[in-house]
Amino acid sequence: MTWVTFFQQLMNGVSLGSLYALLAIGYTLVYGILGLINFAHGDVFMLGAYFAFFMIAIFMLPWWLGVIVGIVLCAIVGMTIERVAYRPLRDAPRISALITAVGVSFFIENLGLVTVGARPKGFPRPDLMKNVYILAGARIHGVTLWVPIISLAILAVLLFIVYRTKMGMAMRAVAKDMEATRLMGVNVDRVILLTFALGSALAGAGGVMWACKYPQINPLMGVFPGWKAFTAAVVGGIGNVVGAMIGGFIIGVAEIMIAAFFPSLTGYRDAFVFGILIFFLLIKPSGIMGETLKEKV
Amino acid sequence: MDNKIKRDLVLTCLLFILLMLGTWLAQLYLNSYLVRILNTACIYVVVAVGYNLINGITGQFSLGPNGFMAMGGYTVAILMLPLAQKEQVYFIEPLIYPFSAFTFPSYLFGLALFLGGVVAALAALLIGFPTLRLRGDYLAIATFGFGEIILVFANNLIPLTNGALGIKGIPGYTNLWWTVGLAFLTVFLVKSLVNSSFGRAFKAIRENEVAAEAMGINLFRHKLLAFVISGFCAGVGGGLFVTLIGTVSPSLFTFTMTFNLLIIIVLGGLGSITGSTITAVIFAFLQEILREVEAPHTIGSWSLPGIPGMRMVVFSALLVVLMIFYRRGLFGNKELSWQLVIDWVSRSKNGKA
Repeated sequence: MTWVTFFQQLMNGVSLGSLYALLAIGYTLVYGILGLINFAHGDVFMLGAYFAFFMIAIFMLPWWLGVIVGIVLCAIVGMTIERVAYRPLRDAPRISALITAVGVSFFIENLGLVTVGARPKGFPRPDLMKNVYILAGARIHGVTLWVPIISLAILAVLLFIVYRTKMGMAMRAVAKDMEATRLMGVNVDRVILLTFALGSALAGAGGVMWACKYPQINPLMGVFPGWKAFTAAVVGGIGNVVGAMIGGFIIGVAEIMIAAFFPSLTGYRDAFVFGILIFFLLIKPSGIMGETLKEKV
Repeated sequence: MDNKIKRDLVLTCLLFILLMLGTWLAQLYLNSYLVRILNTACIYVVVAVGYNLINGITGQFSLGPNGFMAMGGYTVAILMLPLAQKEQVYFIEPLIYPFSAFTFPSYLFGLALFLGGVVAALAALLIGFPTLRLRGDYLAIATFGFGEIILVFANNLIPLTNGALGIKGIPGYTNLWWTVGLAFLTVFLVKSLVNSSFGRAFKAIRENEVAAEAMGINLFRHKLLAFVISGFCAGVGGGLFVTLIGTVSPSLFTFTMTFNLLIIIVLGGLGSITGSTITAVIFAFLQEILREVEAPHTIGSWSLPGIPGMRMVVFSALLVVLMIFYRRGLFGNKELSWQLVIDWVSRSKNGKA
């Protein structure tokens, strides 16, 4: 493998990894606060692509506006899911909330299959994403170049929100100790709702960019990216925002590199991520950035 | 005390004989459509009861049954497929060596089912080992991944699974004797297990892991045991399913299968074997009835187009609503026992007198 192809593959990996990072944040935020695996997160990601698609292709909005409307709609869907399905079960046994999450996920997927059909739709891409750039002798597709740049910008905004604003402080406080935070006069329900909005908006943005990268969208497109992003969150240390980003990049680059170095194993790309998950659970279950949690009595 | 155990055993044997009599009558008089639904129902019982053991009784959330069923199903299919059929089916790439040279005669069907269960149980062991040491949620995400990965393998390991085309022409060894018999056996064995000291440990883990550990229960070993048994049941169920419909392909064991089982155990009551058994049968029939909803209808001059896939939308909405408003399901975590039946019968007698 020449240096140029390696660089190209690395860029592909980083580009894919940045999308996993966007998605992984949503999982890690919700898990950090509620201790719940939000199985529906991958489906919100799918909805992001569809909302943007409908806004652009049917309502004829300009591309950028369609995408923004799509992301806002995703945030609303995320909040609705929290309000309707998860809030009533906040004090229920863990397993009930998990089952509900699976139910919500399956509901969105099947509703999608019934309403828009299983046939993939072509996603409109702006010219920016279609250009080909020559970078240090390597031909880099516009998507590959812009997706990580936009993602990193979004991630920077997110880090600012989580670590530099009052809202972010409240989110971190709720994650540490929900009851104590409530006693300090924070409206915990609102914080959780906004966490879902934030995570879902990121998922929506990720969905749109995923659709630019692989411009065939279908109602089940969120299942695998969602699961891999959760794996990324585990690898990075679940509950840790920076860890989720790092985990996303690791999974993305590893996945692309495996396919690049061993082309015969391309069919098993997804299985490889499963291997990473099991490996981390065996060796370092708390993840790269995570701290070992003691069970509280 | 001893008398009660003896009485229950006798009653159980009587029930078994009655069931077998019913099976015999069903074979004679029911049409093939109904027999098929009954077969499916019994297979659901086998898998759902096993699934409830890990999800409901031990309280560890697994999403793996579709993967385990696939493993059991493929194992049984490869073992039981006649040699001539093997040559015909594997035309892209021939079947790999040891399996291409032999096939099980029909009287070894039971052994094939057992091996299907063993293969699935081994897979459960491999997944359970790294995940069950940790807190519960990792099992959910690892088993969900496993269920999808096993389909990736089924699609790509062409010399073993024939890829997306799947395996056709599997002899239909599954009949009511097998399904009813195995459903009965599963319920009986799992119920005995739940009533034993193991079962108490499982329930203790479900209620409070820290307290259970403080009482000297080895969390990891008990969780692993429940998970492996559950995997075994799913493997056997997968084997039965494959020999019932005669084909196996990756699309047969998608996540929808796990989802159906989840509906069954939630509706029946997480932790109630009685509940899982009854709802498994109800579900098998309900699925057929709801097929009607999806078909196009004409009422007078109106014609409603059929909406394929509507069933799953209804089921998934149902699951969420059940979890929010009716979390205990039909039976909660209660069980029907002979003592209850006897009490009930004598009470209604006294009431009349």
